[in-house]
Amino acid sequence: MTSSHHTLAAARWRIAIVLTTIVICIYFGFIALIAYQKEWMGSLIAPGLSVGILFGAIVIVASWLLTWFYVRWANNHYDGKLDAMNREAK
Amino acid sequence: MIAPLAGQAAAPATAIGQPNAVAMAFFFFFIAVTLGITWWAARKTRTTEQFYAAGRSVTAAQNGFALAGDYMSAASFLGIAGLVSTTGFDGLIYSTGWLVGWPVVLFLVAEPLRNLGKYTFADVLATRLSQAPVRIAAAVGTLSTVIFYLIAQMVGGGSLIKLMFGLSYETAVIIVGAAMIAYVIFGGMLATTWVQIVKAGLLLGGAAALALLVLAKFGMNPLALFAAASTKYGAGMLAPGKLVANPLDTISLGMALMFGTAGLPHILMRFYTVPDAKAARKSVFYATGLIGFFYLLTFILGFGAMVLVGPDAIKAVDKGGNMAAPLLAEYLGGTPFLGFIAAVAFATILAVVAGLTLSGAAALSHDLWTSVVRKGQPRAGEELKVARGAALVLGVIAVVLGIVFKGQNVAFMVSLAFAIAASANFPALVLSIFWRRCTTQGAVASMVAGTVGTLLLIWLSPVIQVDILKHTTAWFPLKNPAVLTIPASFIIGIMVSLLTTDNKAIAGYDGSVRDMIDGRRAA
Repeated sequence: MTSSHHTLAAARWRIAIVLTTIVICIYFGFIALIAYQKEWMGSLIAPGLSVGILFGAIVIVASWLLTWFYVRWANNHYDGKLDAMNREAK
Repeated sequence: MIAPLAGQAAAPATAIGQPNAVAMAFFFFFIAVTLGITWWAARKTRTTEQFYAAGRSVTAAQNGFALAGDYMSAASFLGIAGLVSTTGFDGLIYSTGWLVGWPVVLFLVAEPLRNLGKYTFADVLATRLSQAPVRIAAAVGTLSTVIFYLIAQMVGGGSLIKLMFGLSYETAVIIVGAAMIAYVIFGGMLATTWVQIVKAGLLLGGAAALALLVLAKFGMNPLALFAAASTKYGAGMLAPGKLVANPLDTISLGMALMFGTAGLPHILMRFYTVPDAKAARKSVFYATGLIGFFYLLTFILGFGAMVLVGPDAIKAVDKGGNMAAPLLAEYLGGTPFLGFIAAVAFATILAVVAGLTLSGAAALSHDLWTSVVRKGQPRAGEELKVARGAALVLGVIAVVLGIVFKGQNVAFMVSLAFAIAASANFPALVLSIFWRRCTTQGAVASMVAGTVGTLLLIWLSPVIQVDILKHTTAWFPLKNPAVLTIPASFIIGIMVSLLTTDNKAIAGYDGSVRDMIDGRRAA
């Protein structure tokens, strides 16, 4: 057990917590708007496009972008550090 | 057979419910292909690692499709399209809710799970906590989730198939049960994975084709479709309506969906089928993309069915609106397309129950029999036999319960399964992975409280007391207890851990952090 393991685990843990919090805020923000701002969510931005429908689509796309961001971070940053650490250990 | 309701001039003549040669042909083709896959997989399934985890040979992209296949149930295809077609915007709340659990799966559980466990999520708990208690508690959580989800799928599937193919309910349930048992027993995880991949491809392809045909009628512009819906049925169709009468209930359901996904045993088990944590990570990215795309399509399908078929005509065929997508297919592509979509819905149910049964069998054989009864020292070749036996028993139980619950309102069982997964499995998993001070007693208390608390509150909720037992009031006001049970489960796990000492667990934490990172244990 090295301290670099802990550092790396802590870095992943921080990213995980931050991103999870963002997803929670996005989704429950959406639900809260539905529950308490019904009229505004029903107002039209363009013919056929209400704020609510736009936000619904944004929630889906944002979830996907967040997973993309995490995978990119992990593939580039995290895996690189892990490889370096394993090389040092050898 | 569905007679058009009197006075429902809008109800179109539909072939739904009549034996449909195209549907039958597609369906038997699907069965033939999947049994062929099972035969191929059976020859490659000789060890427990092959049976439970497909020999860890599944690629990230394949697993992404398989995760999507495991997750996109008939409820999400037929149910959400139906809900959108009859309520408009309100149905979309579900579309988003079913997706947001996936980032949570990725950030919190996928990689640690892959690196710390072998076959079940209980493996992760057992890396540093005492084997027997955590495995028993985790098996109870797993089996509760699996059984309720199975009943919901079987009953929903039986009724849908009866409605679409004109088969009797019992025949439908038995066909689903027999095919599913064959996939799991003979082909194990490899066959189950490929059944999921084929099904995901069919479902996404079918839904995309349907959406394209809808959009073709509106100049390929979704907004023109939504505008037509609001012109025809009022601007309220694009705004939140009465489905969200109780915000707390909506939030509670949202929590169950969000955190339940990361506690569903058949989803978690899929991460053991890939070679390493990196592939596990990528597979969630693919799955999220596929599932997100699918739920965006439900916007188009739902509003398309609303405008082209009409809510009244949809409700005339099935009160719950479940036939919106098949009716839309019939409107756009005639009986052959209806037959194709009906067969896709059948395949969907079949694939989901296979995944569930395999994860339940793993809990029985790997967690309870091998690890608890045999204390991790099974006799040679024994675990595979026990696993296959367990799959057979679970399959038979699913068929029997499917028939017992015929005609019952079991829609709540899906949210029940998600609530148990979110309250019993997810908190213990997260605490044991990320918190050094987590003790055996804490994890067990959290899992037991999550399971028992969820079952008790569902029993006392309006879905049982008012809808099923016909009482006038219910003691507990919410339809879904997750808003209470998830925090309670975390708090109980933390309190009990702080009040107890588990030196082995604390001593094992550094080792588990190392294994979680480099995956040496799982290699």
